[in-house]
Amino acid sequence: MIQLIAFYLFATIVIASAAMVIFARNPVHSVMWLILAFFNAAGLMLLAGAEFIAMLLVIVYVGAVAVLFLFIVMMLNIDFAELRAGFVRYLPLGALVAVILAAELIFAVGAWNAGGVDLAARAAPVVTDKSNIEQLGELLYTKYIFLFEAAGLVLLVAMIGAIVLTHRERGGVRVQNVSAQTRRRPGDATRLVDPGSGQGVEL
Amino acid sequence: MISVGHYLAVSAVLFTLGVLGIFINRKNIIVILMAIELILLAVNINLVAFSAALNDLVGQVFSMFVLTVAAGEAAIGLAILVIYFRGRGTIAVDDANRMKG
Repeated sequence: MIQLIAFYLFATIVIASAAMVIFARNPVHSVMWLILAFFNAAGLMLLAGAEFIAMLLVIVYVGAVAVLFLFIVMMLNIDFAELRAGFVRYLPLGALVAVILAAELIFAVGAWNAGGVDLAARAAPVVTDKSNIEQLGELLYTKYIFLFEAAGLVLLVAMIGAIVLTHRERGGVRVQNVSAQTRRRPGDATRLVDPGSGQGVEL
Repeated sequence: MISVGHYLAVSAVLFTLGVLGIFINRKNIIVILMAIELILLAVNINLVAFSAALNDLVGQVFSMFVLTVAAGEAAIGLAILVIYFRGRGTIAVDDANRMKG
């Protein structure tokens, strides 16, 4: 009974907050609703028995991606009123596409429930005497090791790409040049002159 | 009792909301990126639900890879957004025509 209540609670909140993400007037509020949606989706996954993915969702999405969004929204000084100008104009087309898509998805679920396709054999059956994270780790570091490394490569490329894109060389700033300082010799900086009487020194 | 159909319904609604968000916030690229995150979240819920229903862990492994790609996509997308804003002073994407030639 309690899992039924938990499922409907999480499902309702995740859908409501997803609707608020796309309808909120202020993008900062959108990000906050997005965080709520991620938390409740993590709850849904926890109910399905995927503890590791649920924790990953909280850490990666809420901890990194949503904070990144918040940071960008607050860093850029954007006039959001102007950006909402076409909201009503695009609403009918968007609603049409959404309705068609939802109908297709419901149709697909119905077809799947009717037992239309017979899926292939289990690739990695769940065993009950091990925890979720243990099984996932065993699978990830043996069978899917190359995919796992490719995922790491994707993250590396994303990191380098983001740094390269946003890096800006600033001109006109004075920074310490250590090698120039250590290369400097007394002969470069000092000069011994022998001024004649009444002539002064030409610098 | 909760079946996989319930999870599929939730993820279908979430996916549809994400697509609707892309359509109605055509000018605001930040909300478009957030809608894409919602779509990827729906995909993840779908994968996890099937993983639980079929007693097969591969769904959760691939859900992790989707998560990785989503994080990378958000980082790159927001970096592009920052340099776009730096160059033009606005993020209205419906008049982004710099590469038209």
